[in-house]
Amino acid sequence: MPLTTYRKAINDALAEEIIRDENVVIMGEEVAQYNGAYKVTEGLWKRFGDKRVVDTPISESGFIGMGIGASMLGIRPVMELMFWSFAYVAWDQIINNAGQVRYMSGGLINCPIVIRGPANGGTNVGATHSHTPENFIANTPGLKVVCPATAYDAKGLMKTAIRDNDPVCVMENTLLYGESWEVPDEEYLIPLGVADIKRSGTDISLIAHGRAVITALKAAEILFTEHGINAEVVDLRSIRPLDEEAILRSVSKTHRAVLIDENKPFCGVSAQIAATIQEQIFDELDAPVQRVCSLDAPAIYSPEIERIQLPTPDRVIEKALLIC
Amino acid sequence: MTSATDDDVAVDPADFAQAPVNAILTPQQKIHFLKEMLRIRRFEQTALKYYNQGLMGGFLHLYIGQESVAVGTISLMGKNDHVITAYRDHGHAIAVGMGMNECMAELFGKATGCSRGKGGSMHYFAPDKNYWGGHGIVGGQTPLGLGLAYALKYQNKKGAALCFMGDGAVNQGAYHESLNLAALWKLPVVYIIENNKYSMGTTLERSSAMRNCLAERADGYGIVWDIANGEDLYEVRAKTDTAMRRAHEHSLPTVLEIDTYRYYGHSVADANAKKYRAPEEIDRYKIHHDPIRLWRKRLIDEGVINEEKIEAIDDKIKEEAAFAAQFAIDSPVPAPASIFEDVYWEVDNQTDAGMTGRHFFGD
Repeated sequence: MPLTTYRKAINDALAEEIIRDENVVIMGEEVAQYNGAYKVTEGLWKRFGDKRVVDTPISESGFIGMGIGASMLGIRPVMELMFWSFAYVAWDQIINNAGQVRYMSGGLINCPIVIRGPANGGTNVGATHSHTPENFIANTPGLKVVCPATAYDAKGLMKTAIRDNDPVCVMENTLLYGESWEVPDEEYLIPLGVADIKRSGTDISLIAHGRAVITALKAAEILFTEHGINAEVVDLRSIRPLDEEAILRSVSKTHRAVLIDENKPFCGVSAQIAATIQEQIFDELDAPVQRVCSLDAPAIYSPEIERIQLPTPDRVIEKALLIC
Repeated sequence: MTSATDDDVAVDPADFAQAPVNAILTPQQKIHFLKEMLRIRRFEQTALKYYNQGLMGGFLHLYIGQESVAVGTISLMGKNDHVITAYRDHGHAIAVGMGMNECMAELFGKATGCSRGKGGSMHYFAPDKNYWGGHGIVGGQTPLGLGLAYALKYQNKKGAALCFMGDGAVNQGAYHESLNLAALWKLPVVYIIENNKYSMGTTLERSSAMRNCLAERADGYGIVWDIANGEDLYEVRAKTDTAMRRAHEHSLPTVLEIDTYRYYGHSVADANAKKYRAPEEIDRYKIHHDPIRLWRKRLIDEGVINEEKIEAIDDKIKEEAAFAAQFAIDSPVPAPASIFEDVYWEVDNQTDAGMTGRHFFGD
């Protein structure tokens, strides 16, 4: 199977959906003529032209809200946020309008919009550009949120998100854009709400989403080769809807869990997963659920230090050894 | 600039009556406008009665005093024209043709409400009538209105999005971002500022910097603007028509400021409704500038209708409003299970996507 970068996989997903559905329009800052701030939309404007790939001014509240309004009339905008951190200036539009309009209208309206872009720390751009708001989005019934960890997942989830009739937030990762995975040439879709076992194991469950999955996989290798512990890595892929069954199935098998999460710990995604495990399968646990999150302070700039502010394989191993 | 606050500014009643869009009106249409304005007023007066009895929750932002704006503008809508507004939304809802029953039931939080009891007073919707709400956050609807216009242009439809807002919304960033995009992309949107002089309890003078009027700010974006005296339904129609033609024929935006006045507080819960303005000011509007009173007089002067017939119409409308209240009272509250309905389209429609993964958490 050919190797494809995470970036190119998303680019292919966007191109395929533009071709498939005339209502799909790509919008965002620098997505067209500049070819994308992170080159995710490279070549799309040249291929598909002004109507389908649209540069916006730096005006997130305006253009995200505009996309939401257009989606109410059947357009399927795929809006790029150069960073998900910039969503905060469009928060009212995303949370109140995309998230609530269906409910407040008693189901008369739906917003088939995708809002996508990178949401990660680790690139030394300071706290304002390093937010991971998947927990905020997941805290909002009416919105959906997915965090792909690989090129394969990014493509399949993106295509599904575009076809979904509800607002879907896709949170990518700039540190993964240049990484490659096997991606088939033929079309495929990955449903939202289905986790993926990235590594099968018997002794402990490492449960993660987004780039934390890669961290978990590295930790799992070391746990196996150096400590003889066979860890299972569960990639949530989709946060809301959430594949709770996969989580419960894995932990029921291994009886131990470490949750790895680039979110901050307070009310982070892993807090929800921990609550779910103890509520539903408390008796299956042989040890307390452990968490490895970003260290609980704004994202530090200093490159050397930011590396350890995010979850590292060492911190995962430390927590795993604590309960194995 | 014409200002409704100046008693001595006389509007020549002939001026806008002779505008082409008004000259073609039949007596029946003119009477229909009166009926619609009366329906809004009687609906809200009835709602107020029950609100004050404690039969409704939340807020009730009354439109009374502003009826000519919704009725005049919306009377010009064709099949590809769309409307969106803020939380003072009852007037627009009735003007687009929503029934009093479902509107009243929504206020009572009943399952038969237009939003199934999920939106309340501020969140009426009727997409089948091109009415997209009903939005609670000041200025939050202005990018959505732009999006409706974007969709019309994208789909090559000759239409306009009428996006209503209060004078308090003009200082929100989302509105300015919307104006920039509207001008930049030549979108067929008409921003209608219903200037009732107060953003909650703060006067226009204390909230908004301007040279002469709020609409004039559009100059900064190269958008054509105008100002209308909202007490004159003919003028409202004439100026809205010009703006809508600009949208239809040239796909260009307009900012139209319509001077108007609300008799009640920001909402009924506004404890200071009579403190930040003199009672005499309210009385002056009721006596000299009331849009319904003026339209009645106009129709009588034109010989379109007489007092007796108007009273008969009004009596019927009062009955309609009373019936709507009874309908609402008799309607069931939503079933508790409906809390989880209308959150996700895919779940409601039981698609594969809607049945995959957990969508709702907790109990």
